[in-house]
Amino acid sequence: MLSALLILGGIGLVLGGILGWAAIRFRVEDDPLVEKIDAILPQTQCGQCGFPGCKPYAEAIAKGEADINKCPPGGDDGIRRMAELLGVEPKPLGEGLAHKPKSVAVIDENTCIGCTLCIQACPVDAIVGAAKQMHTIIEAQCTGCELCLPPCPVDCISMVVIREEIDSWKWRYPVYMLKQAA
Amino acid sequence: MGAREQRPGAGGRRLHAFNGGVHPEEHKSVSTSRPIQPLPLLPRYVVPMRQHIGNPAAPLVQVGDKVLKGQMIGLPEGAISVAVHAPTSGTVLAVGHRPVTHPSGLPDICVEIEADGEDRAVAMAPVDWRAMEPGALRAHLRDMGLAGLGGAVFPSHVKLDPGKERKIHTLILNGAECEPWITCDDLTMRHHAAEILAGAAVMRHALGCETVLVGIEDNKPEAQAAMRAAAEHAGYPVEVVAVPTRYPGGGGKQLAYTLTGLATPSGGLTTDVGVQVFNVGTAYALHRAVALGEPMLSRIVTVTGHVARPGNYEVRIGTPIADLLAQAGGELPEATGLIIGGPMMGFDLPETAAPVVKAVNCVIVKDRLLFPPPPAPLPCIRCGACARACPADLQPFEMYWYAKAKDLGKAQAYSLFDCIECGCCGYVCPSHIPLVGYYRFAKSEIWAREQEKAAADAARARHEFRDFRQEREKREKAEKFAAKAKETLAATTATAEPGEDPEAARKKAILAAAMEKARQAKEGVQPKNIDKLTAAQQKEIEEIEARRARAVEEKGTP
Ligand code: SF4
Ligand code: SF4
Ligand code: SF4
Repeated sequence: MLSALLILGGIGLVLGGILGWAAIRFRVEDDPLVEKIDAILPQTQCGQCGFPGCKPYAEAIAKGEADINKCPPGGDDGIRRMAELLGVEPKPLGEGLAHKPKSVAVIDENTCIGCTLCIQACPVDAIVGAAKQMHTIIEAQCTGCELCLPPCPVDCISMVVIREEIDSWKWRYPVYMLKQAA
Repeated sequence: MGAREQRPGAGGRRLHAFNGGVHPEEHKSVSTSRPIQPLPLLPRYVVPMRQHIGNPAAPLVQVGDKVLKGQMIGLPEGAISVAVHAPTSGTVLAVGHRPVTHPSGLPDICVEIEADGEDRAVAMAPVDWRAMEPGALRAHLRDMGLAGLGGAVFPSHVKLDPGKERKIHTLILNGAECEPWITCDDLTMRHHAAEILAGAAVMRHALGCETVLVGIEDNKPEAQAAMRAAAEHAGYPVEVVAVPTRYPGGGGKQLAYTLTGLATPSGGLTTDVGVQVFNVGTAYALHRAVALGEPMLSRIVTVTGHVARPGNYEVRIGTPIADLLAQAGGELPEATGLIIGGPMMGFDLPETAAPVVKAVNCVIVKDRLLFPPPPAPLPCIRCGACARACPADLQPFEMYWYAKAKDLGKAQAYSLFDCIECGCCGYVCPSHIPLVGYYRFAKSEIWAREQEKAAADAARARHEFRDFRQEREKREKAEKFAAKAKETLAATTATAEPGEDPEAARKKAILAAAMEKARQAKEGVQPKNIDKLTAAQQKEIEEIEARRARAVEEKGTP
C-alpha cells in the first residue's frame, strides 16, 4: 500500500517537474493578452487612439494605462468585444473621436509629383512608386488611416468612401413594424 | 436524419423520409395549363456579368462593338466562374452598372445590347463528349456558361469534378420542384425528357458513376410519365422515382437522403457521401451545350400569380423582367409587387428593369389576397414547432435567439451554416417571427467579419514588416556611417599636419560624421522631387504652404 502511494506520488512529482520545466523552457515570448487585444483592433494603424499603431495601444490597454474606447475605426462593435474580453462594461467612443465610414485613399495621378513623402508615411506599405514617378495606392491594402494626406506637398490624395457593392452587401438586421393597436 | 417513415416507392426503391418539412398550398396548376411559350425577340437586353456563384465574368466587349448571338461577352475569371454570352445579335450600347435581380437592389456590371433584329448566331458545333478528356469537357462547359438552374447557379463544370479522393456512385436528377407556384422544371420534364436524360448521360460519364436516379414529387404525374417513357430509350439504366410531396423535398441534401438514405454530414456536401445532385433544367441545358454546341442563352421561367397569362416562357438571359411581364399579359390590377423564386425561399424584387438571369426560375406577381402582409411578430414562446419542422434537424429558436442578440459565435455553434434557409421554421412559427431573416443577417455578418479579420491580419503583417524594414534601414545606415567615419579618421590622421594634435583631428572627423548623419536623416523626410518643378507646380506648392501657414496661425498651434 505504502509503496503504491510512494510510486504514484513519485510519478506525480516527476511529471509535475517536467511540466514546470517545459513551461519555463518553452515560454511564449509575447504576452497573450496583448495578442488577444491586438486581434480585436482593426489594424488600421491610424494613430487616432494616441498611440503609434494598434499594437502599442493594445499594450497600453493590457497594462491598464489606456481606456478601451479610443479606437474610432473599431467602432462600437470593437469596444463591445474588448469589454467582453476584459470583463468590463462597454462604453461609448471617447470624446472627440468619431466613427467614419470605411474609406480608401486615392492619389490624383495627374497632380502627383512623385515626391515619395506619402510612401514614407504609409504604415502598411500600400503605396507604390519611385522618386519622380507617379505614385499609386493599392486599394486592397489601404487601411484608410489618412496618414498619407498631411505630408503630400500638392494635396493630391483624397479619401473615397467605399461604396456598398453586391459582393460586399449584407442582409440587414430584420426590422418590422410593432403590432399596431387595433 | 432519422428514418421516420420508410416505404417502398414505385419500382421497389425503399425511400427514406427526412425529418420536418411542411405542406404549403401548391398553386402549381395556375401555370401548368399552357405549353412552354417562346418570347419574341425584344429590342434590348441587359446581361449581367455576375450570374453564378464565384467570380463574375470579365466583360470582353466595348461600347459600339457588334456582337452575334452566342458570342462570348464575359470571360470566366478563375476556377469558380463561367462565361456569359450575347442572347442575340446587335450592338453593345453600354458596359456599366445597371439594376440587377438581387435582393439588395444594388446595380452591378452589365453589358447592354441593342438587338439588330436579325438574330444571327455564331457558328455552333457539337462536341464528341465520349472522346473528350474530362478536363477538356469541363472547360467546354465553362465556356458554354453552364451553371445550375435550380436556383443556386453553381458552375456545373466544378460540380462535375468531384476530385480524386471523392468517388461519386450516384447521380441524382432533381425534378422534385418542391416550392409552391414554380412549375418550370415540371414543364421542362414534360416536353424535354429525352434531352434531359441525354444531358445526364454526359454527367454520368464525367462523374464516372453507375446509378442515375430521377426524383420527382408525386404531385407531377405527367412529368413522371414523360421521364419514364424517355428512360426506356436512354441507353443506360435510369430509375425514375416518385417521392412524397413535402417541402423542401427538392433540397439537394433532402432529396439525396430520401432516395439513398445517405445523410450528408454537418458542414458537408452530398458529394461527401458519394452523391451528386443536378437540377433537370441543368441537364437539359448541358445536353444543348454538348449536342448543339449552344451556350446557355435562355432558360424556362414560370410567370405566375396575379398576372394575365400565367405560364412558362422560354426567356433569353438578359430580358428585362418588366418586358417578360408584359409578354405574359401584364400584372392584373392591384398587384402588390414581385417575388423572384418561390414564396418560401425567394426575395422581393425592388426593380423591374432588372433582367432575367440564370438563377431566375420564377416570377410571382403578388396581390393582397394571396400574399397578405405578414402579421406582426410576437415574442418567441419556445414552443419548439420550428425545431420539429426543420428539415436540417436544427434548433431554429436557439439560432434565432442568438442571431437576434447579435451573438454570432453562439448562433454559429448551433450549426447556423447547416441551415438551408428553406423557411419551414418561420412558416410554422405561431409567433410569426421572420426567422430566416435573422439567419441571413447572421450568416452575412459572419462572412463579413471573416473578411475583415483576414484584411486586418494582412495589414498587421504588412505593418510589422514595415517596422522591421525601417529598423533594418536605420541599422544599415548607422553601419555605413561608422565605416565612413573610420575612413575619414584614417585619412585625417594620415594627412594630419605634423604639428596638429591627432586627438583634435579625430574629434573633427567624428563631428563631420555626425553632421553628415544629421543631414542624411533630415533628407530622409524631405521631398525628393521638388527641384525642376514646373512654374504651375511651384505656384501650387506655394499656395498650399501659404494656406497651411494660415491654418496654423488660426489654430494657434503648429
Ligand atoms: S485608433 Fe487606429 S492605430 Fe489606434 S487601435 Fe484603432 S486602428 Fe489602431
Ligand atoms: S416556432 Fe416560433 S415561437 Fe415556437 S419556438 Fe420556434 S421561434 Fe419560438
Ligand atoms: S430555414 Fe433553416 S432553421 Fe429554418 S427550418 Fe429551414 S433549415 Fe431549419
